[in-house]
Amino acid sequence: MSTQEAVVDNGVNVDALLDAREGLTDAPEAAQFKWRASSEWISGTHTESVVESFFGLGEEQSHRSAFHYDTDHPELFASEDKGATPVEFLLVGLSGCLMAGIAAVAQHRGIQLHSVKASLEAGMDMQGILGIDSDVRNGFDNIKVRFDVDADASKEDIEALVAQSQKRSAAFDILSNPTDIHVEVRKDG
Amino acid sequence: MTQGGLQPHAGSVDVVVIGAGHSGLAMSQYLSARNIEHVVLERGEVANSWVRERWNSLKLLTPNWQSRLPGYPYSGPDPDGYMSMPDVVGFIKAYANHCRAPVITNSEVTSVLRAGNRYRVDTGSYQWNARAVVIASGAFNLPSIPPISRDIPSSIVQLSTRDYRYPGQLENGGVLVVGASASGVQLAEEIHASGRPVTLAVGEHVRMPRVYRGKDIQYWMHVSGVLDQRYDEVDDLSRGRNVASPQLVGTHNRRTLDLNRLTAQGVRLTGKLAAVRNGKAQFSGSLRNVVKLADLKMNRLLETIDTWITDSAARETLGPAERFEPTRLPELPCMGLDLSGGEVRTVLWATGFRPDYSWLHVPVIDRKGFIRHDGGVAESPGLYVMGLPFMRRRKSSFIHGAEDDAAELAAHLAGYLDRTGSGHLPRRRVV
Repeated sequence: MSTQEAVVDNGVNVDALLDAREGLTDAPEAAQFKWRASSEWISGTHTESVVESFFGLGEEQSHRSAFHYDTDHPELFASEDKGATPVEFLLVGLSGCLMAGIAAVAQHRGIQLHSVKASLEAGMDMQGILGIDSDVRNGFDNIKVRFDVDADASKEDIEALVAQSQKRSAAFDILSNPTDIHVEVRKDG
Repeated sequence: MTQGGLQPHAGSVDVVVIGAGHSGLAMSQYLSARNIEHVVLERGEVANSWVRERWNSLKLLTPNWQSRLPGYPYSGPDPDGYMSMPDVVGFIKAYANHCRAPVITNSEVTSVLRAGNRYRVDTGSYQWNARAVVIASGAFNLPSIPPISRDIPSSIVQLSTRDYRYPGQLENGGVLVVGASASGVQLAEEIHASGRPVTLAVGEHVRMPRVYRGKDIQYWMHVSGVLDQRYDEVDDLSRGRNVASPQLVGTHNRRTLDLNRLTAQGVRLTGKLAAVRNGKAQFSGSLRNVVKLADLKMNRLLETIDTWITDSAARETLGPAERFEPTRLPELPCMGLDLSGGEVRTVLWATGFRPDYSWLHVPVIDRKGFIRHDGGVAESPGLYVMGLPFMRRRKSSFIHGAEDDAAELAAHLAGYLDRTGSGHLPRRRVV
């Protein structure tokens, strides 16, 4: 048996994250971030959205490049299916957030990940959004997430990893707790 | 030892200790042992908050054998039992007499200021001038009630665990208990049994069996060193300091009180109370995860204990290692509850407490209202604090946790008085 401890590398710079945590504890103003997206209706149910700038650490920031996303509805709703549905984007956001958390927590706990796969499924009763039954909500009934994780850790440690990721996840919080939404309208032209 | 020769002269004293609870008295004992002149100022009577701010059926979460103060162990007939509040008050008052603590009762501190290199401590009627101050006024003065309480319809009666005494004090009808720490689960059970159907909103919580392998869980945490873990040797101190009290209850048959037991009794579990909108309570979808976290954490604690038993080659006969049933949840958890529909009459906030430092005018308070300190040594020379959760050790806020903390802080304080002592009167020796 090697006396040298294996170096765990999940591609996460935990030291930088811990430094950021310490820095932002002392400077709560710098911890105030704004996340943004801008969108433009194209046609029918097709919308194109762009994510580029955000605000944080007290100043304007931007991604390395602008990211473009199309949302649409599938053809069975008589749409052209030029992109995932908006609610599927919510699932994408949730899994992306949980994955990032799993990698960071695993790195912090010294757990080497080999493969992490998630499949997500959300139930929805279309009678809600179609206005057929006012007792049915528009949104998901529930979200089911299954993680398949190959890592150098016990089953319990892997479960704890995934649980801790949920506890610290922004997307999980946004989907599991109410958020106040303020919509303002301006008339152009 | 006697305190007879240590009465301070009027107004000026080496040390003022604020609060005659277990922490303040333990500190007083160590100051006396070092012949350090001091007074203990108490807003009400000795053990005041244990007398006035607890519900009737409450018993300590720790067994009697664990209740000890410096030089004063439990000596009663039931070491494995749990003290009622009158028992606790009796124990602390007996200790105050035992160590002849220089307590001045009905002397509420209204202001503490730094004046030069001394502190000015005002009570309503009297002003003290002290070289050092020990704040032992407790960590649980004010109920922490979240701002969403303002959105609850006015037809609902709201109260906190500080004002709750017994179920009959509540209106008939449903009760929403918010918070699943020791208080929340104990009160959910008691109130539900009184015929008032309880919904329990569950956020992060700590699950433990009362008895494990034949011994009280506190015994295992004591012998395995968990309670002695120091503040400077844990990974995430702020988490340790903010963790809720474990789901424990002190009863004669030493039974476990967990969420499964409450479910079996008919209590309805929901996620954390996240918002109240248009009279409707909305519960978080995080219930499954907080329950999973608590189950995993309990199993890690039991594993620590099992490992400790194996490593220590304990010779006594112990029960077998055990793992408990995971927390059961309903297939479709309740996500919302109409608070104006009449089903719920009362909201009981079991959401914890925070200290009250409104009288402390020394710049040591952080933006969250807590004292900045290093293991009880505040960021102002000669200012100390006692009895906060995980202040120096995991056991710091327990009755038995006061001893080690008081010994170390009294030593630090004595060093401070010695270093800054030029010109003060020589201390009188006591036989």
